[in-house]
Amino acid sequence: MSLRDQLEEIRDNHLKAIEELSDLKSLEDLRVKLLGKKGPITQALRGMKDLSAEERPAFGQFANQVRDQLQSKLENRRDQLKQAALNRQLVQEKIDVTLPGTPVAQGQPHVIQQIIDQLEDLFIGLGYQILTGPEVEEDRYNFEMMNLPKDHPARDMQDTFYITNEILMRTQTSPMQARAMETHDFSQGPLKMISPGVVYRRDTDDPTHSHQFHQVEGLVIDKHITMADLKGTLQLVAHELFGDRFDVRLRPSYFPFTEPSVEADITCFNCGGKGCAVCKYTGWIEVLGAGMVHPNVLKMAGVDPEVYGGFAFGMGPDRFAMLKYGVDDIRNFYLNDERFLTQFSKKG
Amino acid sequence: MKISYNWLKEYMTINISAKDLAEKIERGAVEVDTVTKPSDGLKKIVVGKIISMTPHPDSDHLQVCQVDIGEEELSQIVCGAPNVEVGKKVIVALPGSRIGDNVKIKRSKMRGVLSNGMICALDEIGFPKDVVPKEWADGIYFLEDDAEIGEPVFGYLGMDDDLIDVDVTPNRGDMLSVYGTAYDVAALLDVPLTLTHPNLQEVATLASDALIAKADQAVAPIYKMRLVKNVKIAPSPTWLQIKLWNAGIRPINNVVDATNYILLKYGQPLHAFDFDKISGNTIEARMAQPGEQLTTLDEEARDLDQNDIVIADANGPIALAGVMGGLNSEISDATTTVAIESAVFDATTIRKTAQRHNLHTSAAQHFERGVNRGGVEEAADAAAQLMAELASGEVQQGIVTATDQAVEPVKVSVTLARINHVLGTTLSTPTVTDIFNRLGFGVTVENDTFMVTVPARRWDIHIEADLLEEVARIYGYDEIPATLPGGPATPGALTEKQKLIRSSRSIMEAAGLNQAISYSLTTEGKAGQFMMKESHKTDLSWPMTLDHATLRMNLISGLLDDVAYNNARRVQDVALYEQGRVFYREEEQVRPSEEDHIAGAISGRLVPTNWQDAKGQPVDFYELKGIVDVFLKNLAVAGDVRYEATDRYPELHPGRTADIFVHDHYIGFIGQVHPSTAAAYKINPTYVFELNLEALIEMPKDVNQYVPISKFPAVSRDIAMLVDDQVTNEEVVATIKKRGGAYLKNVALFDVYEGAHVPEGKRSLAYTLTYQNPETTLTDDEVNQAFEKVEKQLKEQLNAEIR
Ligand SMILES: [Zn+2]
Repeated sequence: MSLRDQLEEIRDNHLKAIEELSDLKSLEDLRVKLLGKKGPITQALRGMKDLSAEERPAFGQFANQVRDQLQSKLENRRDQLKQAALNRQLVQEKIDVTLPGTPVAQGQPHVIQQIIDQLEDLFIGLGYQILTGPEVEEDRYNFEMMNLPKDHPARDMQDTFYITNEILMRTQTSPMQARAMETHDFSQGPLKMISPGVVYRRDTDDPTHSHQFHQVEGLVIDKHITMADLKGTLQLVAHELFGDRFDVRLRPSYFPFTEPSVEADITCFNCGGKGCAVCKYTGWIEVLGAGMVHPNVLKMAGVDPEVYGGFAFGMGPDRFAMLKYGVDDIRNFYLNDERFLTQFSKKG
Repeated sequence: MKISYNWLKEYMTINISAKDLAEKIERGAVEVDTVTKPSDGLKKIVVGKIISMTPHPDSDHLQVCQVDIGEEELSQIVCGAPNVEVGKKVIVALPGSRIGDNVKIKRSKMRGVLSNGMICALDEIGFPKDVVPKEWADGIYFLEDDAEIGEPVFGYLGMDDDLIDVDVTPNRGDMLSVYGTAYDVAALLDVPLTLTHPNLQEVATLASDALIAKADQAVAPIYKMRLVKNVKIAPSPTWLQIKLWNAGIRPINNVVDATNYILLKYGQPLHAFDFDKISGNTIEARMAQPGEQLTTLDEEARDLDQNDIVIADANGPIALAGVMGGLNSEISDATTTVAIESAVFDATTIRKTAQRHNLHTSAAQHFERGVNRGGVEEAADAAAQLMAELASGEVQQGIVTATDQAVEPVKVSVTLARINHVLGTTLSTPTVTDIFNRLGFGVTVENDTFMVTVPARRWDIHIEADLLEEVARIYGYDEIPATLPGGPATPGALTEKQKLIRSSRSIMEAAGLNQAISYSLTTEGKAGQFMMKESHKTDLSWPMTLDHATLRMNLISGLLDDVAYNNARRVQDVALYEQGRVFYREEEQVRPSEEDHIAGAISGRLVPTNWQDAKGQPVDFYELKGIVDVFLKNLAVAGDVRYEATDRYPELHPGRTADIFVHDHYIGFIGQVHPSTAAAYKINPTYVFELNLEALIEMPKDVNQYVPISKFPAVSRDIAMLVDDQVTNEEVVATIKKRGGAYLKNVALFDVYEGAHVPEGKRSLAYTLTYQNPETTLTDDEVNQAFEKVEKQLKEQLNAEIR
């Protein structure tokens, strides 16, 4: 058998054998056997020295061709086997994608905090500052400077926790009105502020009363502030907190620190204004008190009521949260049941 | 106060329903609680006439009545009332009717005798028991003889009226009367008002011949009396009784009812004394003297003090002024001479007396909110006239005046420009003039300035702002436009402190803790637990309950209450944080200083058990410490954070607690709640921390700054050692760093072991040391040299056995 015939035989036999190999190990063994230094092709090339000078180039070319053919076949087969092995692995690795995801620790802001943050963001956008004041107040700021002198009957409207005759747990965030007006430099422009915080009343806790709750006081003082501005501002609050379809209406009311004073009602959440048991068939729900700052309050804080005026409002985030989410017991906000706190996690 | 719709209609034309009227009142004046008809829920209750009656054969008190109910045949009804009488017109509940308390009446047999319904007493058709006149309290009610047989009874009893229950704000005391409400309703509806005024016939004898009245101007700025002789006490006519009982007042007799009726109508509380029971001829309004006593009409004996105003005769008090009369001068069936008091008392004194004696009578409520000082005489006249008409009394000539006050109408001016400036409206002069006219105020206009004369009946109006409110509410708040404040722009932004507080909350939430808001007022004991510094406590002077009596000086105790609440409800995994105020006080300080803190409490697992981690390790000290570390890192306080073991907090585990220092400033602590404290709170093992957020906020902060990332690889070497178990990680790390060399980047603990294979009193610690030169690749030799120095140092300093 000529050298060429030998090579052809090796080629044909092995091309077939490679095709039949089914694992990478035997493939590698065969590669070493075929293409290694002791392999038949190397052997055949060594035997080339016995050939005539004319035959050599053609045979060399042929031998290289055979080697390339085998090598390429080996590589193809290796790729096929690798792919097959990977496919087998992937099948084995199949999982039940419906098993639950691993829980991730995640905390929530308190629902009342969410309402306060929402209000803060709205008012910051409107150019208001956020001011906070002491929870333990002087009678002077909480009452007297709010136009509620010592014997004023309206003091009975707010049962108060006193610490001494002059020091008390603030019953409202309104004292921040006086504190802000006292320190504000009106030559630098208008005073626009809201003051969120905790307030206290001497009440027995029950589903609708809590001795501790929250208020957000608002105050705007400038040279040209109107009742219409108050109405527009409160409308914005209703739209921001509850949605555009909610409307606001004002009704006369009484607060010692505002004149005129109004109560603001908002479209009933439950019936959308048609009338239901929740809104006592009026279509409206009372949500906050407001008014034009009383000239006495301005005067006591050292602001000239002939030049300056403005509006104030007081909102109850607890009440907002109760209305918005249908919470039926105010005590839920202060008992911190995990099953309650985690209900208000939707950010959308 | 319940205002009668029918009564209002006596003074003006009202073309809208009571419900619509209530809406107008609510939108323009004061809140309305309810609109009700006394006949609501009642049906088939008609006028019947008892034609004959025979005793029930099987009963000693029942009567079998034949009753004309306007049908062809008489109806047989069994009745057990003691006052049942032939010929009387009575209230008959027909079979199928519905009476009070939602009771249905059926045809039935009473002890074998058929009864076609029921003859009713007033309380059986919905009258409150305390409103039913005494004479009808124990029997059926007799309607007037002209009542039409077979017709519904409601019209004859005033039960078809609509009662508008107004919730009057403290400033609108004027609306606590029918006249006061009528003025406002006429203004709101823009209709003319026709009120009647007394037209009194007096006898020639002067009242002042028989009666002397004295009063102290300070306690009774107006004190007036009228004297009516020869009254004949009798029940009031039905029209008057209806007005009283629809207002919730029990009719008594013509004299007492007259005073109550005038109160309802004018809002002026009156009192009627039986003048014959008075000792001497002088009635005086004065402060009570210590030790004086008075038995009031409710038959309570009351000890008076010098803060109570009394009406007194020669023998002592005969009434608690402005609050309640005395039993010793009460009008009785035998009364013939009546002294009518019409007065104004000091509001604050009355309010305090009503509070002290817990006697919040209608009279007291009126005086507390003020009365029309211009109407005191008219009320006395109207009452005297009624007593003349109803009780045939002879009104003695003249009013006896002890004190009086000139009541001038208040004049307030406001410009059109001011009105539009404050309300944001574009009202015209005629519109505003019309509003003041509708309110019944006098108004003259000059150069767009309104000079408004406010009648005394509107004592709440003194200043320009009060007029603005009148214009706004009568014009209508719905008509006012909605705008936003104009004027110079103001920057709105959170302050640095506010931003950091918000960030603090976000960091805690990202770490898995839910925000809690607990009570700031707690028990005296809990207020003083987990103290970060010494402080006096701040107590409420008059707490509602001992559970909320003292201001907290820590946040943790509130969080532990929350954990307890959860644990008690079988919620075992609790992870909470709170950001809020604590209240510290120096001994001489009255008002405590308030400090913002942030605290956390974790009990159970941070991540719930799940199919991948069925057991789930409860949170331990180190997990919570990790959260504090991340918090402090995120807050970027500049300086080293150091944890120092401490046993100084009695509420914390003495071996599992650390004080936390930032740059050597104490800022809080972390630890496990002491098992005894946990048992007292009834909570599972719980780990807590509390930090002075305010101090952290004020500390200097690191700023974010780019550092190029080294191109040269880092090299790491592990070292494991046996050390004495008293040697802390902090000491080991400090020792390594001390001799670590210039290229030691990081020291990380990766294993702690004590127990088997480790000698008693020792533990094994293992660290990875990472070296890096930002300038070039480190050679093995350089690293080995540095590492050997560390080994040497550890052996020498800590007696470590390198393994
Ligand atoms: Zn509704």
